Amino acid sequence: MTPLQDISWQGIWKNNPALVQMLGLCPLLAVTNTVINGLGLGIATLFVLLGSNITVSVVRNWIPNEIRIPVFVMVIASLVTIVQLLMNAYTYQLYQTLGIFIPLIVTNCAIIGRAEAFASKNSVGLAAYDGLMMGLGFLLVLVVLGAVRELLGSGTLFAGAELLVGDNAKTLTWVVFQPDENFLVAILPPGAFIIMGLLIALKNKYDKRIEHIVVGEQEKTKIERARVTLES
Amino acid sequence: MSFRVASSPHGHIQRKTSNVMLAVALACLPGIATQVWYFGFGVLIQLVLAISAAMLAEAICIRQRERNALLTLKDNSALLTGLLLGLSLPPLAPWWIAIIGSVFAIVLVKQVYGGLGQNLFNPAMAGYVVLLVSFPLSMTLWLPPLQLVEYQLTFTDTIMLIFTGYSETGYSLAQLRVDLDGFTMATPLDTVKTALTNQQTYSEILTGKVFSDGYGIAWFPVNLAYLVGGLWLVQQKIISWRIPTAFLVTLFTLSFITHIISPDGSASAMLHVFSGASMFGAFFILTDPVSASTTAKGKIIFGILAAVLVYLIRNWGGYPDAVAFAVLLANMCVPLIDYYTKPRTYGHVSG
Repeated sequence: MTPLQDISWQGIWKNNPALVQMLGLCPLLAVTNTVINGLGLGIATLFVLLGSNITVSVVRNWIPNEIRIPVFVMVIASLVTIVQLLMNAYTYQLYQTLGIFIPLIVTNCAIIGRAEAFASKNSVGLAAYDGLMMGLGFLLVLVVLGAVRELLGSGTLFAGAELLVGDNAKTLTWVVFQPDENFLVAILPPGAFIIMGLLIALKNKYDKRIEHIVVGEQEKTKIERARVTLES
Repeated sequence: MSFRVASSPHGHIQRKTSNVMLAVALACLPGIATQVWYFGFGVLIQLVLAISAAMLAEAICIRQRERNALLTLKDNSALLTGLLLGLSLPPLAPWWIAIIGSVFAIVLVKQVYGGLGQNLFNPAMAGYVVLLVSFPLSMTLWLPPLQLVEYQLTFTDTIMLIFTGYSETGYSLAQLRVDLDGFTMATPLDTVKTALTNQQTYSEILTGKVFSDGYGIAWFPVNLAYLVGGLWLVQQKIISWRIPTAFLVTLFTLSFITHIISPDGSASAMLHVFSGASMFGAFFILTDPVSASTTAKGKIIFGILAAVLVYLIRNWGGYPDAVAFAVLLANMCVPLIDYYTKPRTYGHVSG
């Protein structure tokens, strides 16, 4: 695999921030009661991750090692503020729905983890690509989890799409089935934990097979641990 | 003379798991009969639905885990889970309620943890709680006892209500809830809870029709029937006397004291012990050998803990009855209780 391919493979499947590193679970579990909420938070996180990886990579040679963590946090906090203000301006309703979880992106360990483990050691291009792929991996899990919970809970998909892309999108809401009563557990926090657990189980079940297809046989797999850093 | 050395455990009662499960199911029979007498055939239909869904889910899970499904089904544990869940459901709840509950109980509460003997929580009650939290409306629609309803339901009516939501003559469940005098009826505990929040006194509440026989019509005999079945289980040494006794004594004492202090603002101790799921919970739910405490002292602590939780939730919580929640919360404490109540090994000094 080329380095770029490897980064995408690591970000989206092998070292997925949500399913394997299990980072940033708090917003992941809290806001994914609909696809659109998940998508909104996923995109916000993706932007922050991309921006922080680029910034950290650019300044990596001027940061004294001792204070690198505060510097990373400052960078991430500024980027989150930017995203927060942007969402406040353009997607106000979604901004209100996601509430505290937008400012809380600062504390998302997936972001500072990538800054520390990858961006501070690699060139700007690679770091940006890594941010994009890790963000995509996180976004995908958010959307899948949101879809399952929304489908089970209220029988719809893409409800509230107008919050994200304007009033025209109201027609996007797809009523898959109309339950007599909503399956509330799927929408409540316990449902998030249960479905997240099932998603991880599903990933583990098909892990070997998918790795075989993507990586191929020539590369012998070592004993792998779930880990935050690429090097061990 | 030859001394055959058998490996432990050196139990004297050669009971198999399947026989124990079956005996517990048999001990439910008086309770089931009383519930059918007061609430109609709906009870039986819910039982059939819950048991078949539970056994099917168990079989599929076991097949997925590449074990022998027939052998596992024979231990009757899925049957008992389905039975206990089916008995807790409102008799005329829609059919999918029983199915969702049983599948959740078996797949996510039991098999995901590793099957029989591995689960942390009581499967039937976890399934019940998921249903209660998810479908609060359907799960609280108890019809008044048959003796008090205005429209007598036939067997076809019951089946149609469960599967379509309307009786043969087109009445919905909400309409059927109305009693002879045109009042909507609820269970005794629910009635007490609602009336107390509406500033009525307990003596006023007792004049209501639900309490025409003293401790809540239908519910008092149902609880008595479960008490009889439970005592038989204790006599057969299938369940330990410690958990039910600790549970019932604590619940009685706490509500007795409360009722003495504020006779108008709380239900009597007898009502607490003989209402809702008290007896059913004490003898059939709390005594689950897997998820309950296993040490002698631990069992007593476990029973007391569950009773305190039931008492707290019934009096100050959001739900009229609380056995399911109390059981799950007490289940969580079981590892801790068992750790601190380990019996002293013979020959060891204390500690």
